[in-house]
Amino acid sequence: MIYLDNSATTRQYDEVTEAMVKAATENFGNASSLHRLGFEAGNILFDARREFEDRFAPGGTVIFTSGGTEADNMAIMSTATKLRRRGQKIITTKIEHPAVLETCRRLEAEGFKVEYLDVDVDGYLEPQVLKAALDRDTILVSVMTVNNEVGTIQPVRECQKIVNDFNRENGTKIIFHTDAVQAFGKLRMDEGAFDLVSVSGHKIHGPKGIGLLYMKDSVKLPPFITGGGHEMGYRSGTENTPGIAGFATASSITHKNLEDKMESIGAVNDYLRHGLETELTDIILNGPVELGYTLSDAGKRCPSILNISFMGTRGEVLLHTLEQDGIFVSTGSACSSHKKTSDSHVLEAMSMNHKEIEGAIRFSFSEFNTIEEMDEVIERVKTAVNRFRRLGSFR
Amino acid sequence: MKKNLYLVRCGEVALKGMNRPYFERILLERLKKAISVYDGTEAHWKNGLMLVRVDASIPTMEVVKKCSKVFGIASVSPAVEAPKDIDAIGHAAAEFMNRLIEEEGIKTFKIKGKRSDKNFPVKSPEIGRVVGAIVLKECKVLSVDVHNPDCELYVDVRHEGAYIYRDKIKGFGGLPLGTNGRGMILMSGGIDSPVAAFMMAKRGMTIEAVHFHSYPYTSPRAQKKVEDLLEVLAGYMGTIKMHCINLLPIQEQIVQNCPEDETTLLVRRFMMRIAEQVAIKNRNMMLITGEDLGQVASQTAEALVVTDNVVSMPVMRPLIAMDKVDIMDMAKEIGTYDISIQPYEDCCTVFLPKHPVTKPKLERIEASESKLDVDALVTAAVESEEIVIVNPR
Repeated sequence: MIYLDNSATTRQYDEVTEAMVKAATENFGNASSLHRLGFEAGNILFDARREFEDRFAPGGTVIFTSGGTEADNMAIMSTATKLRRRGQKIITTKIEHPAVLETCRRLEAEGFKVEYLDVDVDGYLEPQVLKAALDRDTILVSVMTVNNEVGTIQPVRECQKIVNDFNRENGTKIIFHTDAVQAFGKLRMDEGAFDLVSVSGHKIHGPKGIGLLYMKDSVKLPPFITGGGHEMGYRSGTENTPGIAGFATASSITHKNLEDKMESIGAVNDYLRHGLETELTDIILNGPVELGYTLSDAGKRCPSILNISFMGTRGEVLLHTLEQDGIFVSTGSACSSHKKTSDSHVLEAMSMNHKEIEGAIRFSFSEFNTIEEMDEVIERVKTAVNRFRRLGSFR
Repeated sequence: MKKNLYLVRCGEVALKGMNRPYFERILLERLKKAISVYDGTEAHWKNGLMLVRVDASIPTMEVVKKCSKVFGIASVSPAVEAPKDIDAIGHAAAEFMNRLIEEEGIKTFKIKGKRSDKNFPVKSPEIGRVVGAIVLKECKVLSVDVHNPDCELYVDVRHEGAYIYRDKIKGFGGLPLGTNGRGMILMSGGIDSPVAAFMMAKRGMTIEAVHFHSYPYTSPRAQKKVEDLLEVLAGYMGTIKMHCINLLPIQEQIVQNCPEDETTLLVRRFMMRIAEQVAIKNRNMMLITGEDLGQVASQTAEALVVTDNVVSMPVMRPLIAMDKVDIMDMAKEIGTYDISIQPYEDCCTVFLPKHPVTKPKLERIEASESKLDVDALVTAAVESEEIVIVNPR
């Protein structure tokens, strides 16, 4: 099996599973309990929180959530609750994850104004575009760190700075949020000091059903889920200690020798791209060519993602062909027997036409992928694309 | 164990002549099977009516639903039994009404008496009056309304006993499953084919299914959808055997060698040939399709002539003269509609020509087909079948 769908989810590290089993069987207590078992469960949380606090700029709090989607919901809904008397406008981009977009649409239905910023053909948000959109009615700006479909690294540090400067000059209290679900564990997030950051566990070889929202202490959101006052009152509900233990273990392993790992992932990514470009004609790289390894590489591509359109084919057919060979990838469009297309909103925002979107495949990598695997992938993709192009389809 | 009584009436089976005992026996078997999930269930025929007794702790509507799904059953009534004595009947009727007052708050009623046991001393019209009077006396909140009552209560005095009931929940009618041969349905995953299969099964036919896909051009989820549809149908007709066949090798040959506008028809002809072979292998005597005259290009009269031409087995098309909206209504009633409308591409739409022929000429189609090794392609397809057994949920 060659797994190239790591942006969808990753294989859990064995150490993560072990940590989870231990937390579920030995230290199964409720961290709120006063006895020794509760104390031990509390230690898991303490250690996990410390692991994550080290991954962000100092002066912030880590709130564990049920995943990236909940973290995005909390960031947006709680900011709207907190600042709704100050303003009615939210700014985001057209290429956000549905967890952000749909939450914004919900607020739109409640009367908020949402501005969805355009990106360029590489899926990149020009910081000037954000600057022009800010006004005194704005309360929240949400821009993802790395796009999940094409991998473009967004200028989030500039965005935070633009928001900070605007706040200082105008006395506003605009909060900046970044969905770092695809960036955390690939780029070091402590290179920037952000107001709010969303992270998910299962994208970094951790468990599903766990994530976090990092919150700068000065932001002070209102409670998102009320109850027994867990997570400093921001998000009540008995802590998912096995999930949190696994999540923290995954973070610690992922960040060990991160630069070396990313360099080898980048090499695998480039190798596959060069191989495909050599072996096949009529293919388009979606997103920036150059790979970036830090937050200051905004406008470059995260090494974990490679999105290519194979013109004259359909991504979903390639996907099912490759799965027969044990190769797992993802597409930019889903086939539908109804005429309604289900093209990716990200690729549409990058001004791609239907034919280009229909042929798009996303390869996403982890540290477990090798150059040898890419030789096989190149061969299999080449066969599948040529077969499809020979046979065609009438549409 | 306290048991509740259900009166189950058969439909057409009652019209059978010499064969009636055979049909009655099968119908009872099917009914028993349907309710065999409940322990201690009893069911038997009594003077043209089936009496079913099920543990009183099982919700009434659940039992009724199970019974009404059995083909050959016209209606089901949850009932109570009373000794054949007019006072006892009146008392039981009042008790029945008290429950309805409590559960549904009814205020007016009417009794419809019937005496099929002519030895019973009270005549039919009189039963209504006498029982009505007792009910009025025992249930103070009720009054009689013969024109527009909240509740119409039936009192049926038969040889073996007296029965009181209100509801007659309609079944699907038809004939007992397994009394009318075996047929192979061509299942695409759309709205029509499950309805076609249902209609034939309702007439007593045992159903098997053949499903064509074009993996990897179609998603494995498209096949899962057909399995889900068959699972719903299995709720009516028991376990269904499904034969899955990949048409892609044939479609590839057609696309590369034949005119584009004939693709759909040529593919249809292959489907029919393959289905016939699979049917013969599995002792099915006819094919069933969900085709509906004029619905799409491959279902025009001319197109049907061309597709029918390749098989010698009879092809049943129970929907042929129905309107689409009626088919959709029926799919909703059976419970397949919501599954059918899930948007997965099926093999018919993969190589859909822009302008398919609607009035094909047999000679031209045959000429196009002559470029292909038809027999070899069909044999290979039949041999590549994968079998999935679909059980009711």
